[in-house]
Amino acid sequence: MKGQTTNILLVGVGGQGILLASEILSETFMLAGFDVKKSEIHGMSQRGGSVVSHVRFGEKVFSPIVPEGEGDILFGFELMETLRALPLLRKGGKVVANDLQIPPSSVLMGKAAYPEMVDERIREKFPDFLLVDGQRLAVKAGNARAANTVLLGAVSRRIDVAEEYWLQALERMVPAKALDVNRKAFMLGREF
Amino acid sequence: MREILSGNEAIARGAFEAGVLVATGYPGTPSTEILENAVSYREIDSSWAPNEKVALEVAIGASFAGARTIVTMKHVGVNVAADPLFTLSYTGIKGGLVLVTADDPEMHSSQNEQDNRNYAKFAKVPMLEPADSQECKDFTKLALELSEQYDTPVLLRTTTRISHSKSIVELNDRVTGLPVPALVSNAAKQVMLPANAKVRHPLVEDRMRRLAEAASTMSINRMELRDNSVGIITSGVCYQYVREAFPQVSTLKLGLVNPLPVKLIRSFAEKVGRLYVVEELDPFFEEQILAMGIGVTGKEIIPVCGELSPEKIRKAFAGHGIEAGSAVEVPEADAGAIALPPRPPNMCPGCPHRGVFYTLNQLKAYVTGDIGCYTLGFLPPLSSMETCVCMGASIGNATGAVKVVSEDEKKRVVAVIGDSTFIHSGITGLADMVYNNAPATVVILDNRITAMTGRQDNPASGFTLMNEPAHRIDLSQLCSALGVKHVRTVNPFDLEETRKALKEEMERPETSVIITNKPCVLVKREGVFKKGPLFAVEAEKCTGCRACLKLGCPAIQWKSGEGKNGVSYIDPMLCTGCDVCRQLCKFDAIGRAK
Repeated sequence: MKGQTTNILLVGVGGQGILLASEILSETFMLAGFDVKKSEIHGMSQRGGSVVSHVRFGEKVFSPIVPEGEGDILFGFELMETLRALPLLRKGGKVVANDLQIPPSSVLMGKAAYPEMVDERIREKFPDFLLVDGQRLAVKAGNARAANTVLLGAVSRRIDVAEEYWLQALERMVPAKALDVNRKAFMLGREF
Repeated sequence: MREILSGNEAIARGAFEAGVLVATGYPGTPSTEILENAVSYREIDSSWAPNEKVALEVAIGASFAGARTIVTMKHVGVNVAADPLFTLSYTGIKGGLVLVTADDPEMHSSQNEQDNRNYAKFAKVPMLEPADSQECKDFTKLALELSEQYDTPVLLRTTTRISHSKSIVELNDRVTGLPVPALVSNAAKQVMLPANAKVRHPLVEDRMRRLAEAASTMSINRMELRDNSVGIITSGVCYQYVREAFPQVSTLKLGLVNPLPVKLIRSFAEKVGRLYVVEELDPFFEEQILAMGIGVTGKEIIPVCGELSPEKIRKAFAGHGIEAGSAVEVPEADAGAIALPPRPPNMCPGCPHRGVFYTLNQLKAYVTGDIGCYTLGFLPPLSSMETCVCMGASIGNATGAVKVVSEDEKKRVVAVIGDSTFIHSGITGLADMVYNNAPATVVILDNRITAMTGRQDNPASGFTLMNEPAHRIDLSQLCSALGVKHVRTVNPFDLEETRKALKEEMERPETSVIITNKPCVLVKREGVFKKGPLFAVEAEKCTGCRACLKLGCPAIQWKSGEGKNGVSYIDPMLCTGCDVCRQLCKFDAIGRAK
């Protein structure tokens, strides 16, 4: 990870829970004693459009958005959106994505095709790309809806922040009744 | 205590800490969450107003009674509130009054990207511009203090990247011991008859002169001297971008963006070699600095259109000999990635607007549109909207169109407007339509919520911002009272009923109103939206005619590889059971899911 500020991008489709995931990330970094900024666009994106959330941490963070081509970690909630966001990453950046395809309207209507071999196309540029079957592991943890937390666990392994801060942030941000499942899901993700 | 807050959350917190008693506004991205957070502080009376003008008038009333107040809106909302604002500048205030204008450079969720710094100069009021969430909180408090100190409303300007970015904020307690509000007579100051206003205007000029004088020593206008060969004057999020792009250059960060600190700018200009201005949208600082006789470069290299970013600023300064902060190796763009299918926003599965736009498209209506989720009716495959200008414009646009087109074309003109937008500024348009006898049809899409901005209550939803039950305006009675003789209510999930109503009312050579009566699927309130039994496609019966795909429902997917010609498939995770697609299938292939 480079010098001062670490840049994380979360991408996917409106309604997937990207905002909550980026909030858990931010909380973790604040607990670990870093300066944190995060940014995303609300509004139109909530109606099933593409969503990009930026999270940055370090000793002192200025811009709330990650300069294009300076992303260190790409956290993909959907495959095509992960592919679309690759130009935001620096060379050697890390990609972790959920193995999930959500067809956009043009594909639903049969007017366009969902891109093929997304996995291979990402791996070609970023050889250590990690594709996670979030749903399957979430079911194993006890609830299919905890897929994002599995992914968060996998992302956490690629960021140099102690486990205790991640768990504290989960405790603060996840509703009490869902906490146990989410803790399990997070730890399953951390095995990657 | 420290918390990570968005700019909007921090403004609400600042209002709380500063002892604000009244918070009001109208929802509009990116301003909405200020009031949604203000409502969590029980000490503040928080409410949604029907529009921004009313909101500001309510705030003025509370301020004249001595309460600290905050009023929030998006940039175009200030256009609506401009009438009271310009005269409020003359009356001044009693309790501190801050108007938050949340601007939207890049038009992430807006119809234009007007630069509301111009309003501060135009209305002759001070404006503060924070650069992160901590400043959002601090500047809200400072704005209230300046308001009282200089007897003026104060504008607090954010942009989308400030409103919706989160950063760490230090929390403090709420102030105590502020004066208790009460009615006070001060007519000469508050009744703006010409005789009184003539007395007030010179005071406004004097106030702005005093503020400009004080601006040069205000700590929120901050000179940061580093490498002094280059100096950049900037404010708001652009300051963060400049620091990111060029950590070594000297900066003059303006917290008060109107009036400008002339002495401080002169002194900065003398201390640095080459002087630049980095500002989003208009050359607001640049023109004023040039008028001071100081040479400065700005819009010659910085784009006027859209929002800025660290990389845009780096690009703009290429060849100007400034050392960039970081230089990372950017991988070549994947040519294939650029050709990916786009993912535009869409109406939700089960949205009550979908069937209406499908029918309008089938009837070849000329739809004058309005601001809300239903503006998405513009997108394919519904593709049925011809105009969308501002809140409430649909009705006036329809009246204007039927004034001039042929008798046959008049029948095609249909205005489409949501419940919240109708109350915001459609009622007067409808009064005009009836009064001037314009034979157009108005469809009020009453989904009982202000949906686009994230489900805010309004006078037709039956609840207040504080989630207390409230009178629900009867839109049908309201239209009748305005003089519309033909008002009917339809179930928009019944395509036949909707089609019949639209056809008949479009034919009618008089003003008519059709109100749809199904709620937004996202309203979670008990008993409002009910998910019905789901639907599914029987693949054997599906002929692949694609009629159901014309709805553009996210739950319906085309499977090209299946059946003889391909078949439709309904995703049970997304289907809400609205029943609209079933009515389009001529082959009975869509039925209740088993």
